[in-house]
Amino acid sequence: MSQLPSQDAAPAKRTEGIPEGLWLRCPDCGDMLFRKVVEESLHVCPHCQYHFRIGARLRIEHLVDPGSFEEMFNDILPTDPMDFVDRKTYADRLESEQAKTGDPDAVVCGKAFIKGRPMMLAVMNPDFMMGSMGSVVGEKITRTIEKAAVDNLPLLIVSCSGGARMQESTLSLMQMAKTSAALARLDEQGGLFISLLADPTTGGVTASFAMLGDFILAEPKALIGFAGPRTIWNTIKVELPEGFQRSEFLQEHGFVDFIVHRKDLRSEIARLVDFCVK
Amino acid sequence: MTIAALDGIQSTPILRETGRSTPHHVLEFEKPLAKLEQQLHDLEALQGQKQFDYTKELRQIRTNYTALLRKTYDNLSAWETVQVARHPQRPLFCDYVGMICREFREIHGDRLYGDDLAIRCGLARLGTHKVMLIGHHKGRDTKERVACNFGLAHPEGYRKALRCMKLAEKFGLPVVSLIDTPGAYPGIGAEERGQAESIARNMMEMSRLRTPILAVVLGEGGSGGALGIGVADRVAMMEFAWYSVISPEACSAILFKSNEGAAQLAESLKLTSKHLLKFGVVDSVVPEPLGGAHRDPRTAAHNLEQFITKALRDLKRCKIENVVARRYEKFRNLGVVIETTKRGMAKAAS
Repeated sequence: MSQLPSQDAAPAKRTEGIPEGLWLRCPDCGDMLFRKVVEESLHVCPHCQYHFRIGARLRIEHLVDPGSFEEMFNDILPTDPMDFVDRKTYADRLESEQAKTGDPDAVVCGKAFIKGRPMMLAVMNPDFMMGSMGSVVGEKITRTIEKAAVDNLPLLIVSCSGGARMQESTLSLMQMAKTSAALARLDEQGGLFISLLADPTTGGVTASFAMLGDFILAEPKALIGFAGPRTIWNTIKVELPEGFQRSEFLQEHGFVDFIVHRKDLRSEIARLVDFCVK
Repeated sequence: MTIAALDGIQSTPILRETGRSTPHHVLEFEKPLAKLEQQLHDLEALQGQKQFDYTKELRQIRTNYTALLRKTYDNLSAWETVQVARHPQRPLFCDYVGMICREFREIHGDRLYGDDLAIRCGLARLGTHKVMLIGHHKGRDTKERVACNFGLAHPEGYRKALRCMKLAEKFGLPVVSLIDTPGAYPGIGAEERGQAESIARNMMEMSRLRTPILAVVLGEGGSGGALGIGVADRVAMMEFAWYSVISPEACSAILFKSNEGAAQLAESLKLTSKHLLKFGVVDSVVPEPLGGAHRDPRTAAHNLEQFITKALRDLKRCKIENVVARRYEKFRNLGVVIETTKRGMAKAAS
């Protein structure tokens, strides 16, 4: 699965959300911004509307009615079934990521209200190993889907991930089949599934639940694709066109239903729920 | 498109050299074997020319050769297994079709965009079974390989496969899916036409397809490109195939920023049939002849046919509702996590 070159080096500056300090620089337009202003505008650059990459907890805070989030399945923890070693052992990697984020793995799930509408929610966390999907993410998302089916609630999954987690190898791959199968069941029940794609959504996550929404929404200019741009470049050695694999590109090619500014997300989701839930 | 020629390949591994015009490709770790093969070949030629009797010597070398072959192939590292799975003379989809199907009618096109030669679909007779046969084809010679895009499928390939699976469902034919791909194609056109969506859709629909599905990884099981036709009631692997979330090279390119870690990561990725059987990702391993399928394609094909016909017989005995329910459970239970509140620190699923 193509993953973004995320865990190290360059993009980390962007992924680590908002650096400490009074000022910060917009990675897109390069303007110096007053930190507080950015925070107040849901981490969107007031000048160029660049949507900062945000962690799962902050995302949930933005999305749901205050105090309505009830977390679930937080007792499911990752392990290292493959004894995977690259430059670091997977076990060590997990430990440091857990210490960094305070979460056991790369997804936060639960039940919440959005503008008074109850729904099941799974939000991927780009701060945890680039939001990659291993057994825990697959299991928690599957349980969220199943819970939505049982309780007859709408389902919202916010994807923000580099793809399947290499360190769990084929077991990560199987999470794609597992989540897709669970969605097939929800679909047969007539359940509503809204898939929101945030920057970035690539690899095995795009190639499973992210692309199976009844409605697929995307934040502006989010990178969305199967293979990451670097993988493509490595394979075909051709300069990629401007805006390639961005939300707008996907909408143009028919794979995203509509693009939503972060400030309008709550009302758009509530609208979809009102249209679809009897 | 012709089915790659198979004539001239003889079933005993040792005699194989003599019957072929193209030289046998030698993998790095097979070099000691090749040396013995050469000796054997020379001695045989000598025996033919001058009426000397080398029977005893020949027998000795043959014994040594077989022993070494067994020893080598019993102890393949993960990285060596990857090399075997990619061996240029390993039988491909079309070779197997030629060897195991009594009848094959290829079906082209996804009725949306085009026909992808990297995935082949067709109606086939396999033993006593009528099936929908689907599989990746990598191509043998350069021209064919380019036409098949080296088995790297585009969205239209996956959509053609899904269209054919729906046909199979409608007409009560089981689906047999033969996987052999380095991965789904990472290119501009593939992204524009929704590579991710096509794979996701296939997995979703395969999970609820109301007809039995069998999948066998023939050689390379590269990531989503493999799984896109790999959600099945029985998933098997040929003995020296590999199946992983990412190829060792691509994994190394990401984690080490170079290709150097590929051999080490191949071990870490646990991509061999032996390992995956343990994790429950595959249900069975189809044995290959001594020294790999490339030494004896007919035996490999025979074993594959045996597996398919038996598995189909078993699946056809069950009610389709139960088959679909069990398929769901099978994939539902894959993954290893720790659940803290239930049963202490027990494994929730394995």
